[in-house]
Amino acid sequence: MESFLNRYRNITVLLLVIFAQLVLVAVQVKNDKDMRMIRVWTVTAITPVARIIEGVRGGGAGLLHNYVTLRNTDAENRLLRAEVDRYKLEHIFLKNELATADRAKALQIFQSHTPSKTLAATVFGIGTGSNSKVVFVDQGSVNGVQRGMAVVTPDGIVGKVKFAYPASSEVLLVTDPDFAAGVISQKNQVRGTLKGQGTPLCIVDYVPFEEKVESGEWFYTSGDDRIFPRGHPVGVVKSVRNGPQYKEITLEPSGMQRGVEDVLIIVEGVHMEIPDAPPASQPVYIAPPPPAPASALTAAPPPQTAGPATEADKLRVQYQAVGEAQKKVFGVGLPGSTPPDFTRLGQAPAPNPKPPEGAAPKQPPPPAPAAPPSGAPRRANQAAGVSTEPNPAGQAGSPPRK
Amino acid sequence: MSYPGGRILLSSQRESQISRFSPWIMVTVPLAAILFQVYVPLFFPFLAFLETPLLVVVYFALMRRSQVGGCLFGALVGIAQDSLSKNPLGMFGIVKTLVGYFASSIGMRMDVDNLALRILLTFFFYIFHQFLYWVMARALLAKTLAFDPQITLVMAILNAVVGVALFHFLDKLRESA
Repeated sequence: MESFLNRYRNITVLLLVIFAQLVLVAVQVKNDKDMRMIRVWTVTAITPVARIIEGVRGGGAGLLHNYVTLRNTDAENRLLRAEVDRYKLEHIFLKNELATADRAKALQIFQSHTPSKTLAATVFGIGTGSNSKVVFVDQGSVNGVQRGMAVVTPDGIVGKVKFAYPASSEVLLVTDPDFAAGVISQKNQVRGTLKGQGTPLCIVDYVPFEEKVESGEWFYTSGDDRIFPRGHPVGVVKSVRNGPQYKEITLEPSGMQRGVEDVLIIVEGVHMEIPDAPPASQPVYIAPPPPAPASALTAAPPPQTAGPATEADKLRVQYQAVGEAQKKVFGVGLPGSTPPDFTRLGQAPAPNPKPPEGAAPKQPPPPAPAAPPSGAPRRANQAAGVSTEPNPAGQAGSPPRK
Repeated sequence: MSYPGGRILLSSQRESQISRFSPWIMVTVPLAAILFQVYVPLFFPFLAFLETPLLVVVYFALMRRSQVGGCLFGALVGIAQDSLSKNPLGMFGIVKTLVGYFASSIGMRMDVDNLALRILLTFFFYIFHQFLYWVMARALLAKTLAFDPQITLVMAILNAVVGVALFHFLDKLRESA
């Protein structure tokens, strides 16, 4: 070291002297940003070194950290995968919940539109056996379910109650070989008997050769079996051919196309007409009409649907009042019978007497108290005004009309 | 005093002869050179071209033949010159430090008593001094000074001529070996 300094003593002194004077200059001089050059130079000289040191330190620390992170990544990855699996299950669950809500909505709409009194039920099990076509629903005899009641969905018939237990019921599906129901075709009013085969398709038996049934034609319940009210869709004809004794009509039941999970048990059946058009595959939700504009509400008088709208209507009401007061029925008297005394035309009571001043307007009857909610079917029952409690004796189902 | 054979380059450093000056000469001459540059141009502006401190530094560095002594001498003269100027301390100091160092380095290897060499060295160091100062002013002070090569060359010639005369005068102040 000493020899090194002796060898380069001159140049070392030169550099030291120049460096000292550079520092001296830097202490005095300021740059255009009013910062002394000594500070600028010092920062400029120190910063790269500091950056390099920090880079080395950060790189080393980052390498170590990344290594540790990589070690933890495996465990974190497993946790994330488990979390993703949990979210997938939750997603499936929510999708099922949404589908259940959609079915409940469809049942609710169907319940509100069908004249029959129905009871919503949920399938919670199926019967044992490979060829078993029975399911169990969560409504039983305590809820008013009786043996032989029809089970339907908005898409069509599903089956009938085979046994009604206190808290549940066993439903025989339309595809069961023991199932039978009276059906009628939509187009040509051909009557037959729907039978299950143990397969997804059913047959319509006892249709003579001379009857005309076309493929794609719809069959509806005829009401002849005293189980299914008339007018419920059964299914669409898939194939028609002549058999040894009757036509062999294969039919695809429509009530089970979207699965059997939520059903309606008809506790009081009401026959309906066979619709002219095939049923839609899914009930269409019709939104309530939009509210009338404020100007129309203020300008238009309140509607009087029961009152006469024209002078002719007023005269007709007055004549009817005279006839009712004299117990005369217009249009039924024979020639020569005594006509009503129309001289009392002006004395007839007003057909629509106005309520006295200050009288409270007539309010619609309050809705029936709803049962506490317990799932989608119960909500559907509430919407349809059907109680899940056992039916009173006075509300027995009306006999089907033939 | 010239070396035998009229050689300019010396065969070794041992061959070189170190000129010695009394301390008061080493102090008085630089101060006088600085005062000359500061005071005389007030009355004789045409003499402002003379860079007498530079000539003194070159002379003593050449004659002393010591690199450390040359750079320290140049640094002291330069800082003294800076102290009388508006420049930050160290600008002339750095320049004259390098001039003193290089001049002494040359003095160790050449016969600095040679007249032509003195003219040439003075001419060269003047240009080096002006150019280095211009560079440093731009680099350190961000000042854009005028550097006209033609004027600089003329000034260098004039300073070289005056420097030769000054060196001849200073040679009289050397102590005899």
